[in-house]
Amino acid sequence: MTDDAQARIDAVVKNNPVVLFMKGTPLFPQCGFSSRAVAILERLGADFESVDVLQDQGVRQGIKAYSDWPTIPQLYVGGEFVGGSDIMMEMYESGELAELFQDAGLSKAAE
Amino acid sequence: MPMAGDEIATLIKAGIPDAEVEMTDLAGDGDHWSARVTAASFAGLSRVKQHQAVYAALGGRMGGVLHALQLTTAVPK
Repeated sequence: MTDDAQARIDAVVKNNPVVLFMKGTPLFPQCGFSSRAVAILERLGADFESVDVLQDQGVRQGIKAYSDWPTIPQLYVGGEFVGGSDIMMEMYESGELAELFQDAGLSKAAE
Repeated sequence: MPMAGDEIATLIKAGIPDAEVEMTDLAGDGDHWSARVTAASFAGLSRVKQHQAVYAALGGRMGGVLHALQLTTAVPK
C-alpha cells in the first residue's frame, strides 16, 4: 500500500460523482458481489465510474485502507464512502439509495 | 480453508458482547455465509460503522479466509 495508490484513489473518488471499485468491469464482473453492485446501480439508472481493482494491486490493497473497509465492491457517492454490496442492497430495497442519487441530482429520468 | 459458521458467530459475539448472531449457509457448502447481527450497541451508528464493528470483531479475516460473508446489521426493536 503506497501513498501513490492512496493519492490515485482519492483523485478518482473526489473527481467522480459516483464511483464503484469492483472486481472486473460492469460488463464482465469477476465476483458475485461486484456483479450485484453493478446490477443495483444499473437498475437505478445511475451513471457511474468503475475501477477494476484486479488491474491494479496498489489500488486493490489501498482501497481497503482508504475507507477501513476490508472488501470489494465499494461505492462512493459525492466523495463519500456509502458501503459495500450488502449495504447497497439494503439501501436499494429501502429506497434510500435512489434518494441519495436523486438528492445528488445523479439519477437519469427517475421513473 | 472455509470457516465454520459457529466459529464466525463466536468471533462476532466475542467482539460485540451484546450481539445476537444468526448464521445462514447460503450455498450449502459451508463457505458462503450470511450473518444477521443484531445488537443494542449498534444504536446511533451508521450502517458503515455497524459493519465495521463486525469486521473488527472478525479481526482481519474478512476479505481473507472469509471471502463471502453477506452481512446484515440491525438494532433490536
